[in-house]
This record gives sequence, structure tokens and C-alpha cells, in this order.
Amino acid sequence: MSSTDSAGPRRTALDALHRSLGATMTDFAGWDMPLRYGSERDEHVAVRTRAGLFDLSHMGEITVTGPDAAALLNHALVGNIASVGVGRARYTMICRADGGILDDLIVYRLAETEYLVVANASNAQVVLDALRERAAGFGAEVRDDRDAYALIAVQGPESPGILKSLTDADLDGLKYYAGLPGTVAGVPALIARTGYTGEDGFELFVKPEHAVELWQALTEAGAPVGLVPCGLSCRDTLRLEAGMPLYGHELTTSLTPFDAGLGRVVKFEKEGDFVGREALAEAAARAGQNPPRVLVGLVAEGRRVPRAGYPVVAGGEVIGEVTSGAPSPTLGRPIAMAYVDAAHSAPGTAGVGVDIRGSHEPYEVVALPFYKRQK
Amino acid sequence: MSNPQQLRYSKEHEWLSAAEDGVATVGITEHAANALGDVVFVQLPEVGDTVTAGESCGELESTKSVSDLYSPVDGEITAVNEDVVEDPSLVNSAPFEGGWLFKVRVAGEPEELLSADEYTAFTAG
Repeated sequence: MSSTDSAGPRRTALDALHRSLGATMTDFAGWDMPLRYGSERDEHVAVRTRAGLFDLSHMGEITVTGPDAAALLNHALVGNIASVGVGRARYTMICRADGGILDDLIVYRLAETEYLVVANASNAQVVLDALRERAAGFGAEVRDDRDAYALIAVQGPESPGILKSLTDADLDGLKYYAGLPGTVAGVPALIARTGYTGEDGFELFVKPEHAVELWQALTEAGAPVGLVPCGLSCRDTLRLEAGMPLYGHELTTSLTPFDAGLGRVVKFEKEGDFVGREALAEAAARAGQNPPRVLVGLVAEGRRVPRAGYPVVAGGEVIGEVTSGAPSPTLGRPIAMAYVDAAHSAPGTAGVGVDIRGSHEPYEVVALPFYKRQK
Repeated sequence: MSNPQQLRYSKEHEWLSAAEDGVATVGITEHAANALGDVVFVQLPEVGDTVTAGESCGELESTKSVSDLYSPVDGEITAVNEDVVEDPSLVNSAPFEGGWLFKVRVAGEPEELLSADEYTAFTAG
């Protein structure tokens, strides 16, 4: 499928820099990415309390342009993409005709007839193929821009101050889930107020040849307030605490958005037909009457860590399955997201545990998210 | 990183001190601690347990994974490090010192334990 399979993992424009910083690298979706630079717990805490710098260049950028760009995306995706204002962004999903989730996406409207679709690295080719197939008959071009961008995120409460010192762009006017073109440290960038950490923060889409320059400028500007480089390990614990789903864990092709508790992203009221409409209408009805398993949060009473795939148990019966689990630096205890039978999904439900390699460890059912920042 | 010369090492990345009155101290190496990342939970054998070289006798959990803990020798557990149970980050911050895991009365040891130099070469590859 990808030309990189035979050539080993792909490397981002910041690869040499990560290695010079002593990063532990990991293969993630065919990319060699920083897992952590030092302690992942310290990196996590830095993002919660100060700021962290991430290389997210593995994410899959796809540009959709043309007079029918909005109509195509309304047809291909489950959200109402035509209603997104220029300069704004939307969290949405792309589903199969049977309603199964192919990927979750962020779509930025860059101009009246131009959108940037950002897919997960592991699904970028699938999304690209689906968009191209669904583009038949629309006056729109679907362009693979994965190599056109490096993506650097600065996340955490100090991130607005750091970025302000490097740009004249109106960051105060830039709302959450908005994006505008600008210049950061002399580098042309799409500045987006988005992220995957549960903190305020920015994602900067730049040309790969500008990535090192921008990373170094952000590092220098952030040093006085404690910005540190952060790897994918803490990105995972940050998003888990924030209750954000991860494709391949909480979201899969065998689930619809309604099964994942994210039915709100499906906009039946939008104009025209869209891929998956019929199946999703049925899934919505099913979820309303007879909810299948429900995605919940679990907080450990002990210290053993639940992992994806571990059974959730109650009264000796398996009542669900963990989809993501990790020690939570903020809560100081292991946490997990899990799909459990509706009867056991209410926060505070007693007697629920996780089967951790044969030992039933007690867990408390809680509402998601585990962590919400003070605004 | 440097592996202390006075210790011996297993290919499962445990270290073993020279025995005093037949009792040796066991921990995991700095190489192993770095590979695991932040250790958040340690399950150790209990005092009086019999352990067998190369067999699992506990586990170490880090942010991303869980790993079995192996004893590098046969013997009987005489002490476990309660400090590391209370504060597993000692495994990362002082793997060869305060992060030791257990003491074992050595009943027998396999031949393939490595010297510091041999272990350094083993982990370089």
C-alpha cells in the first residue's frame, strides 16, 4: 500500500533533532517517532502545568479544493462540513456505508473552496482512497499533502504566551477549533488552536524545510517558562485523561459513532445524502432504545495498570473490555477507558473490576473525562 | 551509562551482587530501566519464596507496558525492597542502588551470567 513499507519507517523533518535530544524513538504507524525524551511523566506534567512541544508530522494531511469541495465533504463525511466557516475547524468522522468508523478527522476550512483534512497516520491512505472514490461526480480535487507539511504542536497553559512572542497573528481572536494563516518566527504557518491534550494549545502546519527552524525558535521562546519536548507516550496519557478517543482503541470499523458515544458528530439534518446515512440512522435508533455497550471511565483503587484488551468483570462475569489504560500522572492512579454493558455503566456502579492477568482488581466507574482544565 | 564492574548480569537485564554470607542482591539494569520508561508498579516475590533462575518471580509496570521480573539465580528470598514498592520511580532514578529489588540466598546459579563488560557489549548490539 505505502511505498515506505520496504524502505523501513519514515522519518520526519525533525528526525536528526530528536536524536540529538536523546529521544527514545518508536515505530508508530510506519513512522519513526519520539516516544519520550526523558521521563514521560515529567513531560505529561509539563503540558498540564507549563508547556510541551510535539512533532506530529506523521499525521496525514489531505487537501480538498474546488467549487464542490464543501459538497464532497458533506457527502463523504458524517458532519456538516459546508457549515464550517472559513478559518474554523471541525472534529468529524468518515464512515463506511455500513456505518463503521474509518477514521476520526479534523477538517479546517482554509478558504471558501479549500479544506485541509487531517487524518490519523495509520489511516491516512484509507481516508485518501475513500475521499478519492467518493469524489466521483464532484467538482473537487483530493490532494495527498502528507509530504507537504510538518506539524509541530505547542500545548499547555503557557503556550499562548510562547507563541505570542513569535508571531504578530491575532491569537486572542483565534478561538478553540479555529485556524488562520500567519507567520511564526519568520516561517509561514497555518496556526490552529487545536490539540489532543486537554489543554489550551496550538498546532502549526509548516513546510518540512521550515520545521527545524520553527522547533528551535519555540524551544528558545519556551525555555524561560519551562517548555520541554514531549513524545507520543505522554500524548497518549494526556488524551486519555482528557477522555479523547484514539482510533484503533475506542474507535474501529466495527463500531459506529453512536456505539462510541459520539453520535453528536453525525448530522442527519445536513443537505443531501452522505455515505453511511441509512446504517447510521439505524444505529442511532438502536442506541436510543437498547444501548449496546457504553464507553466509560475506570479509576483504579490499586496500582496495577489496565491495558487495552483486558476484560472488565463484575460478579465473576465479563461485562466489558478495556480499550486504553495507563497510569494517570494527574490522578496518581491507573485509569482506563472501557466499553461495558449498559447495566454497569453508571458512574459509581459497585463491584466492577478489571481482570489484570488473572487477578480481579477493583475499579470505580466514572464519567468521562478524567480531567478537565480550568478555564 | 556504565554498568558497575562488581556486579554480574543476566541476559534478561537483571544484575546480581557478589554474595555476602550466601546472600546476593538483585535489581534491574539501567539499560532495562531506560527501556521500560517510568516504572509505576512493582510486584516482588515474598520473603521465604523460592525462586528459579530464568523464571518469572514478579513484574514491573511502566507507562506503556508490563514486564516480567526474572531471578538471575536459584534460591530463597530473604528480603524485598519495600521502598521501591512504595516509590517505583527508584528503579529509574537509582537502578543499581536504592532501586534494588530483592535479596536472595543463592542455592545455585547458571553459568551464563555476564560480566559488566560482556553485558555492556550485549546491550550495545
